[in-house]
Amino acid sequence: MLEVRHIDVSYGDVQVIWDVSFSVRKGEVVALIGANGAGKSTILKTVSGLLRPGKGEILFSESPIHLTEAFHLIEKGIAHVPEGRRLFPEMTVDENLDTGSLKGTARAGREETRETVFNLFPRLRERRKQLCGTLSGGEQQMVAVGRGLMSRPRLIMFDEPSLGLAPILVKEIFHVITRIREEGVTVLIVEQNVKQTLAIADRAYVLENGRVVLEGAGAEVAGNEHVKTAYLGI
Amino acid sequence: MSSAQLEVLLQTLISGLLLGGLYALIGIGMTLIMGVMKIINLAHGELMMVAMYIAYGLFTLFHLDPYLSVFIAAPALFVLGVLLQRFLINPVLKVDSILPENQVILTVGIGMVLANLATVFFTSDYRSTPVDYATKAWYLSDFWKGSPIELSLSFPWSISFLIAVAITIALWFFLAKTDTGKSIRATAQDNDAALLMGVNVGRMRVITFGLGSALVGAAGCLFIPIYYLYPDLGGQFTLIAFVITILGGLGSTVGAIVGGLILGVFESLTATYAGMGWAPVGRFVIFIAALIFIPGGVVSLLRRQKWGR
Repeated sequence: MLEVRHIDVSYGDVQVIWDVSFSVRKGEVVALIGANGAGKSTILKTVSGLLRPGKGEILFSESPIHLTEAFHLIEKGIAHVPEGRRLFPEMTVDENLDTGSLKGTARAGREETRETVFNLFPRLRERRKQLCGTLSGGEQQMVAVGRGLMSRPRLIMFDEPSLGLAPILVKEIFHVITRIREEGVTVLIVEQNVKQTLAIADRAYVLENGRVVLEGAGAEVAGNEHVKTAYLGI
Repeated sequence: MSSAQLEVLLQTLISGLLLGGLYALIGIGMTLIMGVMKIINLAHGELMMVAMYIAYGLFTLFHLDPYLSVFIAAPALFVLGVLLQRFLINPVLKVDSILPENQVILTVGIGMVLANLATVFFTSDYRSTPVDYATKAWYLSDFWKGSPIELSLSFPWSISFLIAVAITIALWFFLAKTDTGKSIRATAQDNDAALLMGVNVGRMRVITFGLGSALVGAAGCLFIPIYYLYPDLGGQFTLIAFVITILGGLGSTVGAIVGGLILGVFESLTATYAGMGWAPVGRFVIFIAALIFIPGGVVSLLRRQKWGR
């Protein structure tokens, strides 16, 4: 479904991604893991068009998207739940969800999708008229995930969805991600919470200093000696 | 306080509020542009001046009532704003090495060009649209025979105020209820997140600049029946819009409304109690006081109230 081929990405003169390739097949949960500054978020931003690769190409459903304007990608079926939630703080929960469904079929089915989101996160239904800037961190993350789902994506990308959340909420978010996958949405997830991520991922890529150093099935990567010592602390 | 003093105070407050309603409309235009583009549009007053010349031209050529020229001048200013944004400001925004300050300087330049073009075409003579209802007013004693004090409500000022309120409500509806309005607010609050939601951020900037220009253009048409017109009038109103934006809180529409009303009332009070010539001084005093005591603007106070609960 998503094919990233040999991309290089730079911020100005500083190159941070070196010849990275990976793929996400339909229906899979794929994880990109790595330490701070390994380039995980940069890769997601490049896929969603906020950054341009200096070299290489990105294909979505067999067609190239690395030159497409960022705002067109959501119509093609890619949703990006960014790091740090990036909600619109001066808008209510309902309005934030609206912004996820501005285009095409998502616009037509807005109220129906909203119901699905509220069933997934019942708490949001109670808070629907509240400004997002006043929500707790966990609630904000729920809105961010919900806003991503409002576009009825085929591929949803999560950037550090568990960042800054209490353990019980982390568990809930991961549970929701598996439910999203059961609905038939393909998932690409970037995480520092390696243990829980590998438990739900079909396949994983390990990034170090902007390069893919290891790839394989989730369990296989979790069993790797290097990953065990460097990321799982075993 | 004697009834005469009370009369003066109430009359001053009334004219202050009426003036403040128009100021709010000018301020909203600037704050919208500020919110979405993160730059202060220092050609704002000059855009208003252009709209006023349009209204003046329509009045002298076709005897069109200035209030009706809102329907022509505001769309014309929308187009002018769109063109300015599309062909002058956007190309400068795209160059990474240029600081945001340089875009502000560009708007100063646009303002100068507009003011000088107006001087070339219309000379620097003072103009006005002498409408026959200019001095019409309602008096309190007409409605309440035994009233101990006498207050008057100027007809053109009241109409201007009511139209300004109507436009503000329409704008609120547009921003709060339509998808384009939500996209504009989303762009103002988080540019990258808006892009990820499929908002064509570049187009929103163009629409917003057009909208801000149309709003100040409408304000110009509402001002001309009660004011006079000359090419350099823009600078003064740019300053007023700037003060309102700072007073209200950058990028906040509610703040601009409150800021506009405060400034209107304050100017009216200085004009009554310190003399006409002191009104601009009052404007600066309130500007500096806002910067020192409420750096986030009125909206930051409102927000603190709401979130403290």
